[in-house]
Amino acid sequence: MTVTASRSAKVTLQGDRQILITREFDAPKELVYRAWTEPELVRRWWTANRGEMTTCDIDLRVGGSWRYVMVTPAGLEVGFHGEYREIVPGERLVTTEVYEGIPDAETHAALDTLTLTESDGRTTLTILVEHPTQEGRDAHVNSGMEDGLQDALDLLEQAVTALH
Amino acid sequence: MARAATTADAFNAVAEPRRRQILDALAGGELPVNDLVQRVGLAQPQVSKHLRVLREVHAVEVRDDGRRRLYRLNGEALKPIHDWVAQYERSWSERFDRLDTVLDELKQKEEGDDGDR
Repeated sequence: MTVTASRSAKVTLQGDRQILITREFDAPKELVYRAWTEPELVRRWWTANRGEMTTCDIDLRVGGSWRYVMVTPAGLEVGFHGEYREIVPGERLVTTEVYEGIPDAETHAALDTLTLTESDGRTTLTILVEHPTQEGRDAHVNSGMEDGLQDALDLLEQAVTALH
Repeated sequence: MARAATTADAFNAVAEPRRRQILDALAGGELPVNDLVQRVGLAQPQVSKHLRVLREVHAVEVRDDGRRRLYRLNGEALKPIHDWVAQYERSWSERFDRLDTVLDELKQKEEGDDGDR
């Protein structure tokens, strides 16, 4: 099932455990890879407009780990971390991804596969997010649509959590 | 999470590829089960089983038309999925828009470097 919103990122739910995100960039894949893996560049886009990035650690080697943390204007800290499993510079990156805001976070780690393919100087980026269980995918999905308390902090938290 | 881990919700209903095929077929208008069997390419008992799941979450509704039963899509039941995907997509789009800016600068720098040589 594909639902396309106003802008050009495309998100598809695949089966019961996968989420696929795709987007095309007007740049060669080497540059997209750099923007994805160099901390000083990641800091500039990863939070979108939702907070300040306080931690951006990248140990780019197989078995190395990464950790991204941002703090929202309301003071909410949102952290993610993972481990690099496969690295093909400029082309492919496989990492685990743990959202630190849920109980038993490690057991709900997703496996993310980033793929970059270039054609005529433009790069298509795809991220396949694969959850170990359907419950994990659903929790990920639900994190952006829970209809509980509607106070400002909750709304902000939903918006931020939906980033991942 | 607000939602219990049950099989009876829209996300589960559309997780199965055959059920998505049925929904796609019904997106064009209401159909009797025989037409669905033809379009999806499954035996009638299997199509009926999928239709039962889809009806449980109200993604599909049914009405009697003389001796036929006609199935139709109820888009409202799929709205939570649409809403979530739209929000997730918006978040990623905002990130990617900022990434565009970073990439433009990297490209300009590279061109500048080439010019120096």
